[in-house]
Amino acid sequence: MAIHMTEQPVLLSATGMSIWRGEHLLVDELDVCVRAGSIVQIQGSNGSGKTTLLRALIGLAEFDEGEIFWRGEPVRRAQDELHASLIYLGHKAGITAGLTPLENLLSLCPELTSGERGESSARLLVQQVLDELGIGERIDLPSAALSAGQQRRVSLARLRLQSATLWVLDEPLTSLDADGYGWVQAEIQRHVGEGGAVMFTTHQSLSFDPLPVQTLQLAGDQ
Amino acid sequence: MKLAIRSAGQWLNPLLFFVIVVTLFPLGIGPGPNMLATIAPGVLWVSALLAMMLSLDALFANDFRDGTLEQMVLSGHPLTVMVMGKVMAHWVTSGLPLVLLSPLLGLMMQLPEGAYGILIVSLLLGTLSLSFIGAIGAALIVSLNQGGVLLSLLVLPLTVPVLIFGSGAVAGAGMGLETSAHLSLLFAIVFLSVSLAPLAIAGALRVGVAAGR
Repeated sequence: MAIHMTEQPVLLSATGMSIWRGEHLLVDELDVCVRAGSIVQIQGSNGSGKTTLLRALIGLAEFDEGEIFWRGEPVRRAQDELHASLIYLGHKAGITAGLTPLENLLSLCPELTSGERGESSARLLVQQVLDELGIGERIDLPSAALSAGQQRRVSLARLRLQSATLWVLDEPLTSLDADGYGWVQAEIQRHVGEGGAVMFTTHQSLSFDPLPVQTLQLAGDQ
Repeated sequence: MKLAIRSAGQWLNPLLFFVIVVTLFPLGIGPGPNMLATIAPGVLWVSALLAMMLSLDALFANDFRDGTLEQMVLSGHPLTVMVMGKVMAHWVTSGLPLVLLSPLLGLMMQLPEGAYGILIVSLLLGTLSLSFIGAIGAALIVSLNQGGVLLSLLVLPLTVPVLIFGSGAVAGAGMGLETSAHLSLLFAIVFLSVSLAPLAIAGALRVGVAAGR
């Protein structure tokens, strides 16, 4: 397995990443390499820069030094390709309160309604995934009426509805219950098994036996 | 995304503001028809401008807060196009109602008969460019918590030309003068703002998203 892993193509990589926040060196000369079929966990205490690093890697935040590559191409030139094959779930769920879960998911996953697929088959698909997540009966309720955990589940439904090679999940377990943990864990395993890659941060313990997890330790304040 | 039209407060607020402000003028100044007719173009235009400002605050703030903006940046579609859609939706919900209601308020302000057509046309063009110009400001302050005052400070100076040519056209039409010069300039402002503002808005939103977390 381990030997096989190294043969997989490199999706996202970065060399010499340094990020300053004011007078404070948050990330120091870090090298990152995410291959297809791998799980990378970024570890570090609160405030050690996990979120900042993830956001910098996908082009949502500034960084000071280093170079990022998407499939070997400098990300400056391959930004659109990167974004097209990426699902990012951040601290903010990305759910608009005034819209229903269905409307939210349809606008977040435009491929659901594109092509010959119509609105009704897209609805069926969304219904199926939301059922599985235990919030199927809320599909037409305004999202403002959902709890934090339920909103998180709506945004997690994208993992099933969208096809993207790279998942970048920043604390995906926030406000989820044990059932939710299990679902996320199984989804990550399925995704990696299909040749995708996952980069995530969490303070909970997740195990993906027998899949290996690379860890990337951020030093934080030192 | 454009379905956000649903929230009633968003489009009702500017409209009510517009109606109330314009209604207050005859009450405050007295019903002398000559006086009202003279100031009518200015009052209608200034009220419309301020009403538009009122609705700008929320244009990107909610999307920023709930993370929709990040997802828009990451969606792989050109941000300028999405911004265009968003601002057009803003105009349809807050600009267009003002335009449609303005003849009624013009009547209340004793606006001269010949000026109604020009009032509608100039407000139509004016509110459209105000939406786009104002959206630049709204995008710039998106990552700040309390940007309301800053927004007016940033945007109001930029809207002065629109105000001058807009109310100038209406006033001119009221006196039976030729207004095509004013209207052409308004057209020019509309074309400029609609074509260039989305670039500036998208840039400002990227910076805002990078600054927030």
